[in-house]
Amino acid sequence: MTAPFISLSGMSKSFVGIRVLKDVDFDVREGEVHALLGENGAGKSTLIKMMAGLYKPDSGTITVNGEEMKFAATGDATAAGIATVYQELLLFPELTVAENVFLGHYPRTGAGWIDWAAVRARTRELLDQLDTHDLDVDAKVLTLSVAQRQRVEIAKALSRNARILIMDEPTASLVESDVQRLMQVVRQLRERGVGIVYVSHRMSEIFALADRVTVLRDGAHVATCDIGEVNEQQLVSMMVGRPIDSLFPKAEAEIGETVLEVKSLNHGRHVQDISFRLRRGEILGIAGLVGSGRTELALTLFGMTPATSGEILMEGVPVRIGSPRQARDLGIAYVPEDRGLQGLVRPMAIRKNVSMATIEKLSSGIFIKARAEAERAREAVRRFGIRCRDIDQPVSELSGGNQQKVVIAKWLETEPKVLILDEPTRGVDVGAKAEIHTIMGELVKRGVAILMISSELPEVLGMSDRMLVMSGGRVTAEIDRADATPERVGAAMTAHRGAEAA
Amino acid sequence: MLPALILLAVIFQVINPRFMTETNLLIVLQQSSINIVLAAGMTFVILTGGIDLSVGSILAASAMIAVIVSLMPEIGMLGVPAAILAGLAFGMMNGVLIAYLKLPPFIVTLGSLTAVRGVARLLGNDTTVFNSDLPFAFLGNGTFLGVPWLVIIALLVVVISWFVLRRTVLGTWIYAVGGNAEAARLTGIKVPLVLLFVYGVSGLLAGLGGALSAARLYAANGLQLGQSYELDAIAAVILGGTSFVGGVGSIWGTLIGGLIIAVLSNGLILAGVSDIWQYIIKGLVIIVAVALDRYRLQAGART
Repeated sequence: MTAPFISLSGMSKSFVGIRVLKDVDFDVREGEVHALLGENGAGKSTLIKMMAGLYKPDSGTITVNGEEMKFAATGDATAAGIATVYQELLLFPELTVAENVFLGHYPRTGAGWIDWAAVRARTRELLDQLDTHDLDVDAKVLTLSVAQRQRVEIAKALSRNARILIMDEPTASLVESDVQRLMQVVRQLRERGVGIVYVSHRMSEIFALADRVTVLRDGAHVATCDIGEVNEQQLVSMMVGRPIDSLFPKAEAEIGETVLEVKSLNHGRHVQDISFRLRRGEILGIAGLVGSGRTELALTLFGMTPATSGEILMEGVPVRIGSPRQARDLGIAYVPEDRGLQGLVRPMAIRKNVSMATIEKLSSGIFIKARAEAERAREAVRRFGIRCRDIDQPVSELSGGNQQKVVIAKWLETEPKVLILDEPTRGVDVGAKAEIHTIMGELVKRGVAILMISSELPEVLGMSDRMLVMSGGRVTAEIDRADATPERVGAAMTAHRGAEAA
Repeated sequence: MLPALILLAVIFQVINPRFMTETNLLIVLQQSSINIVLAAGMTFVILTGGIDLSVGSILAASAMIAVIVSLMPEIGMLGVPAAILAGLAFGMMNGVLIAYLKLPPFIVTLGSLTAVRGVARLLGNDTTVFNSDLPFAFLGNGTFLGVPWLVIIALLVVVISWFVLRRTVLGTWIYAVGGNAEAARLTGIKVPLVLLFVYGVSGLLAGLGGALSAARLYAANGLQLGQSYELDAIAAVILGGTSFVGGVGSIWGTLIGGLIIAVLSNGLILAGVSDIWQYIIKGLVIIVAVALDRYRLQAGART
């Protein structure tokens, strides 16, 4: 067995006091595909970013080719032969393929000018090595498909003679035919001796490609083993592997009549023929991979991207939802996925954020009833245990969990009948997470219907009365709480791929 | 920024004891008035993360209209509302292009800076229009209980602006749109309407500024009046601590910023600083102010 090209040992990292990586060991050999697995928040990205020189470890050592290295910047990692293809591709859309590939290390002529002929010829050569003969080196990147851009990123990595290529969820946004082609490219790279770190949620790809697999959970190393030694179920239980029911105390609430009914709803590629019913006091979980259409469904229900066809019924009455305003007035609330970008006005005070969706009700004429507004905000702070100096503190100064509670408070002020929570506990600490779950429990007891989108499988399994699993813009399974297992939900998340290939 | 204003005043007082006399302070206030009126409108715009470069030109066109209307017998007083309405109309045009056609504010108002300047010259056939018997001249030169009308009007504009920004639903919306337009839209706020309003207000106040300028001068000139006034207004807003990024700032800050600029001009003259050096010093003060703005934002991001 060859010695590892790069090995990391005892890697630890904390952000604002929260340990996201605890004493993790990881290594990659040349000519192997090493899959890195774990749930969201397990520490995969942090580990990758340390290898790429983006984050500095708090402790631990990185050894490349037997030599201990300190990566102070991404340039150091690149120089050591480590390249990364990130999920969000980092190309310059207005530049050509060749310009992107050699950006930052253009070959020079004797006189010191950029040798454009060499740039184009060598880019051609690299793309041909990747079996991408059809891609024009003079095409602007903005005209390329996602799969083609990814190929350009790989060529870029190879142009710097990368020995280790880190691929972060490379197939998350690819269609099936492109996935097959990418897997072919990965195999070729392996044959040429490149070591590949392959991050993916998709079991089928991992079993088709990987030589070894490492599982992380809650920032800790769980296991590293040869792919032949494990099966899919074992990997899933290693990833999830905690007593789910104790972590997610499901509040018992009486489930009533149907509040929201959706019939064959469509919007673009990501919302296709979606039908479901949501009842009072019920938590309906939506599971699925990134890009499966979960958020797009929420945005359509909330009027951001109004449905192109299909029916929405609120309490049995057909309604049209053309804007967030209409959705709000119908009693639908949406706590978005990204609270910083979509949920909060960060420089504004807590009181203003809390009152924002209901400010018209807190006014007489055009004037705000400041006392009523302050009273509502103080009530929200009390009720949700928002830790703050006072209600005039800007929300940008609060912790992630408390910011999320402000967003939830804002929407609960509208007294919604249907509450859509998109990744309600992403990026919040464990304590705040439990508090948010408790709030959800109180809400369903009062008859609110909750639609919860989550990438965290244990959260979906632990909190939902029922769950819909989405994949490729469609609902691939509807599973009752009693029948739900991680394996079953996980299988439905990738289900359509097999079905389509067949 | 209040400490900076006080510091400047103290420095100028030391240099020339005539600075802190009642007469001179009233002159400072009077000289700052029109800029503060423009800067109040600019505050609304910058709070949404936008910019209005056209206020100087709108002021010129409105002043022309004010004087032309004032020359009509019997209805001369209508010059003031005519100027204000003209300013509002120009501002709304900016607003429609920015809010509904989604064009960048800088480009739109850069275009209207030039186009409206042309309109201002056209209105008087490129000449200066006079009215030595201007019916509303008291606005520019008269006093009420010893306080110049200009100062009273500027203060009223500031107080009303404060009320709108801090006490009305619309004000909350303005801060929300500037702080995070996407979140505002997801909360059900009509973002385009808010943008239309702020550019409308900026135009309207530039129109009022035009009427005041006309009242002060008994005349208007489409070519020269209001040249680079937009820069003084922007400088006042930025000096007042309103962030260029939007969502952060206050009208009181703008008032202070406008006073700082007026104190600088007046104090430098009293100190005998040459015209050329006044330019250099004022320019540097603006750059220092923007630098402060940047540091403040970074400090905010760290928490």
